[in-house]
Amino acid sequence: MISSHIGYYSLLLGFGISVSLLVYSIFCFKKNNQNINQNIFSFLFLQFFTVVISFISLVYSFVISDFSNATVYNNSHSTKPIFYKITGTWGNHEGSLLLWLLVLTLFIFLFIIFSKKQPKKYRFLSIFFQQIIISGFFLFLLLTSNPFNFLFPVPNEGLGLNPILQDPALAIHPPILYLGYVGSSIIFSASLASLVQNNINREWAIHIKKWILAAWFFLTIGILLGSIWAYYELGWGGFWFWDPVENVSLMPWLCLTALLHTVKVLEKRNLLKSWTLILSIATFTFSMIGTFLVRSGILNSVHTFANDPERGMFILLFLFSLIILSIILFFIYQGKENTSQKKFFLISKETSILINNWFMMYFLSVVLIGTTYPIFLEVIVNEKISIGPPFFNKLLIPFLALFLIFMAVGPKLNWIKDNYKKIKYSRIVLFFICMCISFYLIKKTSSEILFTSILGGAALYLLLVTTKEFLNKKHNISQTISHFGFSLFILSILFNSLFSNEFSANMKIGQELIYEKEQIKFLKIKTFDKQNYKSVIANFEITDEKKNVISLYPEIRIYNQPNILTSEADIISTIFFDKFIVINLLKGEEIFNVRYQTKPFMIWIWISVFLISIGGILSLFKRH
Amino acid sequence: MIKLIKFILLILFLILSFQKLSMANNNSSQVDKISKNLRCLICQGQSVYDSQSDFALSMKILINNKIKEGKSEKQIYDYLKNQYGEWIVYDPEFNKKNIILWLFPLILFIFGGLLIYRKVFIN
Amino acid sequence: MKKNIFYLILLLFFTFIFSVFYIGLDKPNFYTPKEVKNSSLEEFTSNELFSNEQLNSKDIIENNKFTLVNIWASWCVPCRLEHSVLMDISEKANLNIIGLNYKDKKNNAIKFLNELGNPFSKVLTDPDGIISISLGAYGVPETFLLNNKSRVIKKYIGPLTKDNILEIKKIIK
Repeated sequence: MISSHIGYYSLLLGFGISVSLLVYSIFCFKKNNQNINQNIFSFLFLQFFTVVISFISLVYSFVISDFSNATVYNNSHSTKPIFYKITGTWGNHEGSLLLWLLVLTLFIFLFIIFSKKQPKKYRFLSIFFQQIIISGFFLFLLLTSNPFNFLFPVPNEGLGLNPILQDPALAIHPPILYLGYVGSSIIFSASLASLVQNNINREWAIHIKKWILAAWFFLTIGILLGSIWAYYELGWGGFWFWDPVENVSLMPWLCLTALLHTVKVLEKRNLLKSWTLILSIATFTFSMIGTFLVRSGILNSVHTFANDPERGMFILLFLFSLIILSIILFFIYQGKENTSQKKFFLISKETSILINNWFMMYFLSVVLIGTTYPIFLEVIVNEKISIGPPFFNKLLIPFLALFLIFMAVGPKLNWIKDNYKKIKYSRIVLFFICMCISFYLIKKTSSEILFTSILGGAALYLLLVTTKEFLNKKHNISQTISHFGFSLFILSILFNSLFSNEFSANMKIGQELIYEKEQIKFLKIKTFDKQNYKSVIANFEITDEKKNVISLYPEIRIYNQPNILTSEADIISTIFFDKFIVINLLKGEEIFNVRYQTKPFMIWIWISVFLISIGGILSLFKRH
Repeated sequence: MIKLIKFILLILFLILSFQKLSMANNNSSQVDKISKNLRCLICQGQSVYDSQSDFALSMKILINNKIKEGKSEKQIYDYLKNQYGEWIVYDPEFNKKNIILWLFPLILFIFGGLLIYRKVFIN
Repeated sequence: MKKNIFYLILLLFFTFIFSVFYIGLDKPNFYTPKEVKNSSLEEFTSNELFSNEQLNSKDIIENNKFTLVNIWASWCVPCRLEHSVLMDISEKANLNIIGLNYKDKKNNAIKFLNELGNPFSKVLTDPDGIISISLGAYGVPETFLLNNKSRVIKKYIGPLTKDNILEIKKIIK
């Protein structure tokens, strides 16, 4: 009980500090005094500290199962294992918003520490803009989403946490994702400050690039964790569904990746100033749009939070205010930068990056329109349609192939101007060889041969080009690793989806079936009682034509609080393929619906995304 | 020369690793393919393929029956759209009200291309 | 001047987006299929629950001025709640009520009717649930009020309430 009081008053104090900082930062900005820096530093730390205290109080309330706290009551249960009691803190709307505040206040604090070389006025302004966001979120929390609401009389038991959320990957997915997703707020604030101060130049590019890389790294890993969780936990063998919540994390990522490349042009050639700013502002804007779409209940999704139109209204107004603020600032301050009209030559690295951005913005528009179009249609014409994987695949795959080819050519070009005569014949031959190999391999499947083989050929070409780069002494290792990772990513997904096998049938205990030269035996089931669920584990034996036997143990869990049935797939991963099996209880029968899949190259999908992110981290720690 | 040899070895490795895969046709059955493209009316965030609700299970049997009757994919989708509305299919139609959906990204792409053209070729 | 117009258009654009989202907040995000006016119920054949004989829906429906088709199951909790309402109208009004037993076990269905009463003139079975889909239903309970040409006059999703019954009584008069 007392922890809820501490948490709440800490939040109030934090809000007070954030509003004071809002005023104080502008005061410091006008004054431009040397000493004031120390006070700002202490205030920022204090603000962060109040949020930490608040967060720890909530975690504590969850751990001791304090059901006088409404959030704990709604999302926890005394029989939950301690690990999930702790991670359940951010597995709900209010707790995750507290996590938002934690990252927001942490990042501005770190920003002040790590930006000492930057002009003072710029730093004060960055604080000012970030404080607008922080104050807004404090207000949002206190007015609509208080994690410390009291319940009286105190219930004996909580309502429990959805068992699907009780998974280690899902436990760390929000904190890591938020470091990227919410971390882009500092890029937003710093960019607005830079706009006002007319500070957009090479030095600023080098400085802001660190923050972009950090946010991008965490966002990439965060999305990866979400997909890994979906694959291992949700039981359908897929890892990306173009669900609104997934799309909403992808949009800032596309922006951030484009920004990552654009800021390089700013750094090397002092060009694309306005576009860099627009991307920086857009990234966090998409984070906010995403928060709105997912928490307001406007969209129908598998993993939405508590849907509350009142909360949606607040976020919508807040989001809109931030956009209006950015537009006004742009209007006032944009003309003031001296746009030295340096020429863009067609064959150059800058133009390649422009092309990269062109494609990325196209991908972004596809995801954005695909996610929000149903809302527009419903409001304007009052009709509901669904937009799912077929739409996204059709619009993205053709362009992806082209994109991959540009990726193979662009990074090797020089800055300013390069010569087209440098294109060696061997490269062109290699390209056609890749196309032929791809066509040969894909010919054996039934699907749309033309697009998939072009995509495969392009990805293979990029793979080989980047592999060759590794042998090159003077190369940008972070760039090569990331691009190599990306080509591997596309290839893994392509061949995984083309060569996956699936078997689905209803089976009784003791039954044997043959599928694709493999014998599938349903041996037995065993029942166990666990801490908060009853476990029914089935034993399957798969024998292939070479008489190799693997045993798989898919599980059905019957939870008591809340009363939910979940299927836990059993997956055996090797570097060549995953064997995936999941069972479902058919109502009231002793028959189980069995789904057995062979999924090639599954693990390479995860490895390749990890490689992509490694490139980013290497770049962060590179010394100039 | 050595580079060429390394390169050829790499290609051979790639081709050989694919022999491990069963080279049959893409094996998700027709029922699975169609049900992945349909939305479950009870668990509205899931496809009929993923969902274990009664409705989804009945749908899978219905689809199976219709395939056995010889109906094409399009006929099955049209039938279900007639029963439950366009919403039930994940692939949006290309009709008058969806035209912005399909064309707007492409228009933006062309617009972006024009911007780059202006930047590179005109000064 | 060009710059001002550009920014104005930008502001208007975002205001439009904002308005759409604002209005969209009030719309329910759960989808219910629209009722198709003047639709006809598809003809179907099914086994009767007690006698197991195969019956054709058209034969049953065209002999009566109005027919009420109720989709129910013994395992469905709301069906229990609406059953008393069904019993009520079967006694009080001159209406042919047919039950369609959805994805149920014969024993459980018979036990249900023995326990709560049988308002149905005939009980047909839909063990796989595909007949219900052909009728455009997607859950239990759902009820259709038909005329003798199998045309759907009224469709009720969810358990029948007393108000629904009053409405039905008014229509069949």
